Amino acid sequence: MELIDQHTKKIMEGCKERARAAGLRFQDETLEYIVTNRDLIELSPKVMIPTLYDYWVQDVEVLKEKGRYELYPGNPYETVINTRPAISFYNDNNPDWLNVMIFYHVLGHIDFFQNNLYFRHTWEYDFTGQALSDKRMIAALRAEKGRWVDYVIEFSRGIDNLVGFHRELSPFFQPEVDGWSKMIDYYFDVFLQEGAKQSVNRYVKEIERFNECTKKYGDMAEQTFFTEIHQKYPEFITLFQKSLEEKKSSGVDLLRFLMEESAFLNKEDNKWMLSVMEVIRNTSLYFQPQIRTKIMNEGWASYWHETLFLQDDRIQGHEANFAKTNAGVTAMPRVGLNPYALGMRLFYHLEDAANRGQYSFDFQRIKDTRQRKEYNAATDKGREFIFSIRENLSDFNFVNTFIDQDFVSKNKLFVAGKRLNPQRMAWQYYVKSRKARDYKQMVIESLYHPPDLRIELRPENNTLYLNHLFEGKPLIREYIANTLIGVGFLWGGRVQLETSEVAAQPPRPRQDPMGGPSRRAGEDQPEPKISWQRVLYTMENKQVTKKRID
Amino acid sequence: MDKKLRALYQHLKERGLSEEQERIILFELEHKSSHAADGKSRGTGEGVSSAQTIYEHNDFELLQAVTALKAPYVSRIRSLDELLERDHQREDDGFPRKIRVGRMIKPGKDSQDKVVVVPTTTEEKLMHDPSFKPPEEDESAGGSGDGDEGEVIGEQPVQEQEGGEGSGPGQGEGGAHEVESSAYDLGKILTEQFELPNLQEKGKKRSLTRYTYDLTDQNRGFGQVLDKKATLRRILKTNISLGNVADADSVDPANFLIAPNDRIYRILSKEKDFESQAMVFFLRDYSGSMDGKPTELVVSQHVLIYSWLLYQYEKQVETRFILHDTEAKEVDDFYTYYNSKVAGGTQVFSAYKLVNEIVSTENLARDYNIYIFHGTDGDDWDTEGEQALVELKQMLTYANRVGVTIAENGYGRSGNTEVEKYLKESGLLTEKPDLLRLDVMQRDASEQRLIEGIKRIIS
Repeated sequence: MELIDQHTKKIMEGCKERARAAGLRFQDETLEYIVTNRDLIELSPKVMIPTLYDYWVQDVEVLKEKGRYELYPGNPYETVINTRPAISFYNDNNPDWLNVMIFYHVLGHIDFFQNNLYFRHTWEYDFTGQALSDKRMIAALRAEKGRWVDYVIEFSRGIDNLVGFHRELSPFFQPEVDGWSKMIDYYFDVFLQEGAKQSVNRYVKEIERFNECTKKYGDMAEQTFFTEIHQKYPEFITLFQKSLEEKKSSGVDLLRFLMEESAFLNKEDNKWMLSVMEVIRNTSLYFQPQIRTKIMNEGWASYWHETLFLQDDRIQGHEANFAKTNAGVTAMPRVGLNPYALGMRLFYHLEDAANRGQYSFDFQRIKDTRQRKEYNAATDKGREFIFSIRENLSDFNFVNTFIDQDFVSKNKLFVAGKRLNPQRMAWQYYVKSRKARDYKQMVIESLYHPPDLRIELRPENNTLYLNHLFEGKPLIREYIANTLIGVGFLWGGRVQLETSEVAAQPPRPRQDPMGGPSRRAGEDQPEPKISWQRVLYTMENKQVTKKRID
Repeated sequence: MDKKLRALYQHLKERGLSEEQERIILFELEHKSSHAADGKSRGTGEGVSSAQTIYEHNDFELLQAVTALKAPYVSRIRSLDELLERDHQREDDGFPRKIRVGRMIKPGKDSQDKVVVVPTTTEEKLMHDPSFKPPEEDESAGGSGDGDEGEVIGEQPVQEQEGGEGSGPGQGEGGAHEVESSAYDLGKILTEQFELPNLQEKGKKRSLTRYTYDLTDQNRGFGQVLDKKATLRRILKTNISLGNVADADSVDPANFLIAPNDRIYRILSKEKDFESQAMVFFLRDYSGSMDGKPTELVVSQHVLIYSWLLYQYEKQVETRFILHDTEAKEVDDFYTYYNSKVAGGTQVFSAYKLVNEIVSTENLARDYNIYIFHGTDGDDWDTEGEQALVELKQMLTYANRVGVTIAENGYGRSGNTEVEKYLKESGLLTEKPDLLRLDVMQRDASEQRLIEGIKRIIS
């Protein structure tokens, strides 16, 4: 890898000036490297981080037909990585005008990395530097412990999608509160709402009573406030204690939990494993925001490369070339989802709508379609609005909040269905729905979403009990056994996983995919409704068994 | 051809068919396609490309037109042996194996015994199954452009999609990420790593056109090594005939007269080598019902068996490839065998008959250990196996092993295919367990299962 030449670097610096003038904010320093095919071959298994730790699986082709991106939040072909300074990679034969376009795109990404709050935890350090020291540490451990290092890497990676990204992020945004205790929080947030099932009226009265106590008794307010409650609900204090304990075990993710609680890992001889696990966990956390902002990040970068390129005075004469390349990147496909195109259009849509003042209370109150269409408060706040969105949202709330019927209709979007036509022996794509609700749902379904596992400790046999909060999608069954063996190794004891699976159907002839004569007229059997059942996997002594629980 | 099939169908129908059987036969009849070897035909369904998900898009491809590169495996540090050794170590450490020597079949047209070994692995995690969808729902994706709700905007032939996705044999997972290895090496890996059994030495050894060179011949006057004992004997003979040996009881070798011609040497000579050799018949059902997975399973298994035999017989293996639907034909190379598309009906006996004919006309039974492996989905229009069983019995008289693999296509009920039924009813399986083996697997069988199946068929 070598740096780009001075001529190209100068172009980049020119791009930076123009991007800054347009309002993008990013650090001064960036590094641009020319990569050859050979470099890419080495970089891609390391998700473009040149200094990532070595692991033998990186040398083997990994079967990826199943959910490549559920497995790895990182993209193996990212052009720019979120480091300090940000590093970006280029082909060595790009013409200047193309480099200008890519530079703007890259600057869009860098601005996003350095301003979007989901990346907050990556702002304070340089990941490549961290990775380099981690890599050295792992290499040193490998010299000492041999293959066991790779086992620990393997088993930790087996659960590195369960890293509790949002919990990790939340301390950065803790509102500064003082004045009341956890007991008050519990009373108002949990007990009154769930336990005692109070009416709203009563709830408000309790708040008033608390405020009065504060006024009257000052420091003694809480004590006074709770005396009455203890009399009224004698069970309150026990429930509160219990909730504190529960919170302790469910408050952390699986990897962190194992590191803290596993007796096996905390033996003197095994303590080195903790540092390996920490590396895996940090690496995963580093990549988490990337996959959760794919649509926004690419949309934002595309918005800016389009906007800034067209304003750039240096590249006149290449508009046609640009148009061709840009269309390849940002055209909406007839069928399929392109995050560049979708995100960019949504940003344009939001800018336009905000310019006309449509994200205001006044506008929301208008029911009349015609008036809504013609509403224009000419606030000219569009840019400001999209800047605040790039700062505060992730893909889920971006899509969930802003995909509305106006947007779907304007861009002629639809949900495409795919069905089999047995007569023509062909898969047919058809327009399934043009409703914004359906479109939104379809996009949300396709977003990255790791399973939610609740951790419980069961005293019998020192069991680690993982309770999968079922969300309508089963886990990949063939991965369960080996993953549990890995967790069992790290835990040093019995591990159980409770999850939902499709209950076995009574055997019936499979619908043949060719739509052969089995489907004669009048013989259509209705597809039986899917029925779910809870199952319990138990891993003990490296043996995994499964049984039904109901 | 079609007419002939229809006539056959009528004939069978008159003899009585169950509903299930009729359904399958009709299905194959109506499955209109030909056996043409799979080319790279890739039409577009009216501008509908296969839908990509959000996360499959990346900057490099879109902005810089750099496609996802794969390293040629040879440039990687680790060799296959190293990987397998690591995998073996895993077992000793008490963890399940992780390396799969997967998807290794890509025979070229000219180099028959080249297979491609792609060591693969999976990283298992607890994660949602992205391929899951409730049965009542169609697959849905994003889309844009004109068209009313319900309007069809494009279509894509079923066959093509399956082919393109790599479920059809011979395509898909190619790429550069692979080790070209000879089938012999693969056989070695299978034998050693997966503990496939070693063949028991067969009694009869047959000569080959292979030679070794050895100092076995004698030659007077010159040669490589002096044969002292023979030379002494020769000298004695000469001296007796010269009358130089007066008293047989006290011979003094110092008095011997020695002619140059009396020296006897050992001389390097060509020797015929005697070793077992094998003739393997691979039979594949390429009828319409074999579409997709069953074919893939059968062909993969046949490559594995072929590799294993190649190793066992020290490369002294000859192969014959036979494809059959209602009629059987022999094809020249593995490439054609592997890549021919499925179509047509099924009559198993046609293939068996062809094997018998080949063996008797070429007189193969005398010179070869004969192995016959047949892969099918278990459908047979000859539902009772009347003709097939006769031919099979004939085969068993000369074959070392007949292995039948049934890869269920999933259209009928499991464990209830025609071939399986009539094989079991005939009692041949229990009568001659060392000659005839049967392996039945589901259409979703894994590679591990395939190897297990091979063990069952050949051990």
